[in-house]
Amino acid sequence: MNNGILIGQYVPSDSFIHRLDPRTKIMTIFFFVIFVFFANSTLSYAWLTLFALTVTFATKIRFIFILKGLTPVWFLIVFTFLLHLFVTKEGTVLIEAFALKIYSGAIIQGVAISFRFFLLILVTSLLTLTTTPIEITDAIESLLHPLKKIKFPVHELALMMSISLRFIPTLMQETEKISKAQASRGVDFRTGPLKDRIQAVVPLLVPLFVSAFKRAEELAMAMEARGYQGGEGRTKLRELKMETIDIISLITFAVVILVLFFLRT
Amino acid sequence: MDISFNQVSYTYQPNTPFEHHALKDLSFTIPSGSFVAVVGHTGSGKSTLIQHLNGLLRPTAGKVQIGDYHLMANKKVTSIKSLRKHVGVVFQYPEHQLFEETIKKDIAFGPRNFNTPQAEIEKRIPEVMAAVNLPLAILERPPFDLSGGQMRRVAIAGVLAMDPSVLVLDEPTAGLDPKGQQQIMDMFYQLHQEKKLTTILVTHSMEDALRYADHMIILDHGSKYMEGRPVDIFKEKEKLQAVQLDLPEIIHFLRRIEERFGISIPYRKQTMAELATEIKTKLKGVSKHE
Repeated sequence: MNNGILIGQYVPSDSFIHRLDPRTKIMTIFFFVIFVFFANSTLSYAWLTLFALTVTFATKIRFIFILKGLTPVWFLIVFTFLLHLFVTKEGTVLIEAFALKIYSGAIIQGVAISFRFFLLILVTSLLTLTTTPIEITDAIESLLHPLKKIKFPVHELALMMSISLRFIPTLMQETEKISKAQASRGVDFRTGPLKDRIQAVVPLLVPLFVSAFKRAEELAMAMEARGYQGGEGRTKLRELKMETIDIISLITFAVVILVLFFLRT
Repeated sequence: MDISFNQVSYTYQPNTPFEHHALKDLSFTIPSGSFVAVVGHTGSGKSTLIQHLNGLLRPTAGKVQIGDYHLMANKKVTSIKSLRKHVGVVFQYPEHQLFEETIKKDIAFGPRNFNTPQAEIEKRIPEVMAAVNLPLAILERPPFDLSGGQMRRVAIAGVLAMDPSVLVLDEPTAGLDPKGQQQIMDMFYQLHQEKKLTTILVTHSMEDALRYADHMIILDHGSKYMEGRPVDIFKEKEKLQAVQLDLPEIIHFLRRIEERFGISIPYRKQTMAELATEIKTKLKGVSKHE
């Protein structure tokens, strides 16, 4: 199943980043994503990069592994760079070839934007790399808790999230199993005219839906049999707890952001 | 069709941290028309093995030969579809593959994919319905209305309707009640004999292996652990227990009789009644001598 795509994958390790409260991580990343857009000088970019790289190394996941995992995203970054290179018309003309003029401002702009993009993706992928989906769901439920006051179904949303995350691998397996069974009955998913290939999806989708509905019904019954009745008065197996290390991390991050504002021009 | 595996290895996700060697250097031959049981613990490579039989997987090393079809690591097979026509696979829980509006359409799905003429399909449907012991009256009903056991029979009928010459069965009786299990297995055995099929049965049931198979392959961690006639294999109790496999009850019983009374009765697929008489005469013979 692993096709070298890292986004959304969890890599277990024993670094302190892994052990941080997921809420700390989500909040940090949320604000990092916002403040990346405030960087406007070489120095401020360097400062944010230093922060991102430090965190990356602290996860104890091999840097090469992360870079390789981001391969599909490289295309987007290069594309962004090229787009800016040809579209921006600021500064002095550096190169003039054919009908194209490349401006100095365009290079600066292109590098800045694609670098910003890279930082965003690197840091956000660190979240899923170091946090299990269950932890993320728990953290979201806890962070959205205040919305309960305006009757927003926070618990239900979190439950839906964790159930769907839980069943992604199951569905993948099921898809593989059924497509193999149908391939054995002569369905050709790979070759042939487009029309035939679209039709070949029906024998795959119908059984998948049938079993997904059946599974949902069984799950609902199993939950009810174990006395599930919504979030009211429900206690948690894994209590989220802010430790000293979380507080220190958040304060460090706040300092990083303050310094960023000094480095802006 | 003769089937042979020549030093076949299969590796999932090679050259990644998730690399897994499912089959290692596996060689065996299955002559046309034989009934082979493939036995092994969970994760021993049984499922990977059977996916090689109709080209769902290609070996990462070695060569698989099924009749005139050759499967090798770096050679793409052009005639994969006609290979699949000859090798019918009944997967675990085959009822999950049903999808058509009516039972009739679902059974016709396989043969239609292989361009079997409509008249021929019409002729086969009543045959396979009879083979799996379902009434023709339900042909126009949706398959999802049926009970689990009946759905499985419909799915099996769908594979049989392809008229394969090799039948691969992956635990076809899992999750059925004892009576249903016996019926399904008897049905496969009858088909095997009537149509001279080459049958490959993956099973956890030593009883079934003993009763139906004339050849047995035991896998352990992707390698061949033992191979031979079931009666010979079940003589080696200790070797089997080393890979968490048990003896069939009947063999176990005969061994206990031998230990207790010192008379040996070879198993030759006798029925219960025949065995009882045999034990009785032999026991009387022993007591007369004393």
